[in-house]
Amino acid sequence: MTNSPMARPSSRQSVSSPAAEGASMRMSPEAAPLRAAPGFLKRGSGPVPGRRFLPQIGGLGLVLLADWLVSPQFFALRLQDGRLFGSVIDVLNRGAPVTLLSLGMTLVIATGGIDLSVGAVIAISGAVAASLVNGGLPVPLTIIAALSAGILCGAWNGLLISVLRIQPIVATLTLMVAGRGIAQLITEGVIVTFVNPSLSEIADGSWFYLPAPVMLVLGMLAVTLVLVRATALGLMIEAVGVNRRASELAGIGARSIIFLVYVWSGLCAAVAGLVLTADIKGADANNAGLWLELDAILAVVIGGTSLLGGRFSVVMAVLGAWIIQAMNTGILLSGFPPEFNLIVKSVVVLVILVVQSPVLGGLNPRSLFCGRGR
Amino acid sequence: MTRRFLPLLTTTGVFVAGYLLCMAEFHNFATARVACNLLTDNAYLGITAVGMTFVILSGGIDLSVGSVIAFTTVFLAIAIGPLRIPPLMAFLIALAIGAAFGAAMGAVIHALGIPPFIVTLAGMFLARGASFLLSTESVPITHPLYAMLNDLSLPISGGRLGLIAIVMLLVFLAGGILAHRTRFGANVFALGGNPASARLMGVPVGRTLILIYMLSGGLAALSGIVFSLYTSAGYSLAATGTELDAIAAVVIGGVLLTGGYGYVFGSFVGILIQGLIQTFITFDGTLSSWWTKIAVGALLFSFIGVQRLFQVFWSGSGDVDTA
Repeated sequence: MTNSPMARPSSRQSVSSPAAEGASMRMSPEAAPLRAAPGFLKRGSGPVPGRRFLPQIGGLGLVLLADWLVSPQFFALRLQDGRLFGSVIDVLNRGAPVTLLSLGMTLVIATGGIDLSVGAVIAISGAVAASLVNGGLPVPLTIIAALSAGILCGAWNGLLISVLRIQPIVATLTLMVAGRGIAQLITEGVIVTFVNPSLSEIADGSWFYLPAPVMLVLGMLAVTLVLVRATALGLMIEAVGVNRRASELAGIGARSIIFLVYVWSGLCAAVAGLVLTADIKGADANNAGLWLELDAILAVVIGGTSLLGGRFSVVMAVLGAWIIQAMNTGILLSGFPPEFNLIVKSVVVLVILVVQSPVLGGLNPRSLFCGRGR
Repeated sequence: MTRRFLPLLTTTGVFVAGYLLCMAEFHNFATARVACNLLTDNAYLGITAVGMTFVILSGGIDLSVGSVIAFTTVFLAIAIGPLRIPPLMAFLIALAIGAAFGAAMGAVIHALGIPPFIVTLAGMFLARGASFLLSTESVPITHPLYAMLNDLSLPISGGRLGLIAIVMLLVFLAGGILAHRTRFGANVFALGGNPASARLMGVPVGRTLILIYMLSGGLAALSGIVFSLYTSAGYSLAATGTELDAIAAVVIGGVLLTGGYGYVFGSFVGILIQGLIQTFITFDGTLSSWWTKIAVGALLFSFIGVQRLFQVFWSGSGDVDTA
C-alpha cells in the first residue's frame, strides 16, 4: 500500500486512456442508449456500442455451436407440466447461482475491489434458511432472515473496506475463511435437511413457463440494471473504480458507494444461497457454493470488466456466466468425462484473457504493473 | 529498527502466548512429541507458504499451489506405481513440471500484463483438471522407499522430527536466505514495493516475475512430494484450499498482502499458529473442527487490523487507495 499512490495513477491511465477521447467511452454500451440516444443515430461519431463485446457474444455463439454439434437436440424445447424443458433452459437453470453472484461481483469489481466471501455467504444464508424453516418459522420470514444474513455479511465486508480501508481481497478473505465456520455453527456441524414444499419452490417451481431460478436471475438482473443504469449510481461506481480520490473530489460519496456494492454482493449471494439450498432441500455448510466465487469472478472477467476497476457491464457478466455453464453442460452432453471440465474452462479463460490483454489490445503495455493485480 | 520488526514480534508473541496457554490447559503440550508433530503435520503447508511468501512479497498472488500439490501426488502415484519409474527420478520430474508450470504462469503474467489473480486461477483449474485426467481415484503408493523415508527421523527427547519436517525447516532456512540476503530477494522486495520504480532502478522485472512464480510452482511440487510421503497416496482432490491456508499463514505472519514488506520467518510462525489452533482443538475433543476456521478467520482479521493501524501510524494518514 505504501507504493500505491505512485503506481496507481499511471496504471489507471491505461484503463481510462480511451476515456480521453470522450466521456461516453468510459460508459458501458448499456448506458449509451439511455444517455446518448442521438449519438446512436449519428453514425461514425463515438464508438459503436457492442463492438467491445464482440468477443463475448462470439464466444457464447461458439460454445452454443459446439454444444449443438455434440448434441443436435440442444436447442429443442418442449412444454410439459406448464414449464419449458430443454438443454438451453437447463443451462440457464443450472447457471443461476453463478449468474446471481456475478451480478453483485460485477459492481464490486467495477469499484476496483473483489469479493471472495460470496461462497461462504451462500453457505451462511443456506444454513440460516434450513435451520429456521426446520424451527417452524413461516417461509416468507425464513427468506427474509436468509437475505438479511447475506446483507449483514455484505455490510461487514463493506464496513471493513470502505470505512477501515482494508484491501478488499484481504477483508473478504477473512469472511471466506471464517464464514464456513459460522455456517457450521448455525447448522451445528451437520447437513440440515428439510421438507418444505414452499421453500423448495424457489428451486424447482416454475413461473411463466420458466424455472423459478431463471426468473429470479432475470428479476435480479432487471433490478440491478435499473439501479445502475437508470440512475447515476452506475456512473458513480465507474468513477470510484477509475480513481477513488478524484471521484471524492468530484463530490461522489465514494465511501457509501463502496459500502453499498458489497451489500449488494452479499444480497445476491444470499439469493444464490436460497436457490442452492432449496435445490438440494438441505444446507451443507462445507460444500454449498464451494469455489463458486471463482466462477463468479471468471464470469465477470469473461464479461470484459477489468479487474482494475472502471467501466463494467452487468449484462456481459451474465453472458459470461452463461458461457461457463454452456461449456459445463456441453461437456456433460458430449459424453466426455466431467474431468475435462476444468481443463476446457482454463483453456477458455486463457484464450479470453489473451484476446482482452491490454498489451495485445494496443493500449499502454501494462506488464509493468502486472504485479499489482488483485 | 523495533518498528520494522513490530509485526513480526506481534506474531511471534501471539504464538508464544498461545503455546503457553495451551500448555497451561494441557500439560502434554510441553512434550517434544507434540512440538515435533506440530512441525511434521504442517510440513507440506509450510513448504507451500515459503513460495507464497515470495509471490505475495512481490505484490502478486498464486492460487494454483493447492492444485499443483494434488497433481504432484497423483503424478507420483502413477509414475511410481504402474509406470515403474524410480521414485527419485519421479521426484525430479515432478519438481521440473511444477517449476515449468509456475514459470509459464509467470511468463503469461508478465507478457500479457494480466493480473496474477486471474492467471493463477486459470492455472488452478488447469492443474486440478490435469490431475483428474490422470486419475479420479485415490492411488496408494507402496514403494519400499516410501516406508524407508517415512521411518527416517531425528529423535528429540521422546519425540521424533520426521524427514518431512526437516525438509520444511530447510526450505524455510533457504527461503529466508534467498529473500533477505540475495540480489533476487532484493529484487522481489523492490517489485512488491513499487514496480515502476523497481524498473527504473534496473530490476529485471520480467525475469524476476518468472523466477518468483517458478519458485512458487517448484515449491508447490516439493510440497506435493512431501504430501504424498505424508499420506502414501496420490489423490486428485487432495489439498483443496491449501492456497488459502498458505495465504492466511503468510498474512498472519505479518507479510503485507500488497507486497514489499515481510519476513519469511513470519510465515513460519503463521503456519505454527494455524497448526497450534488445530492441535488445541484436537486435544480439547469437545470443540468441533469448525472452530478452527472461525479462529483462523478471527486471527486473520485481527492481524490485518493491526497492520492497518501500523500503516496509519507510519504514513500519518489513512488515505490509501482501496483498490
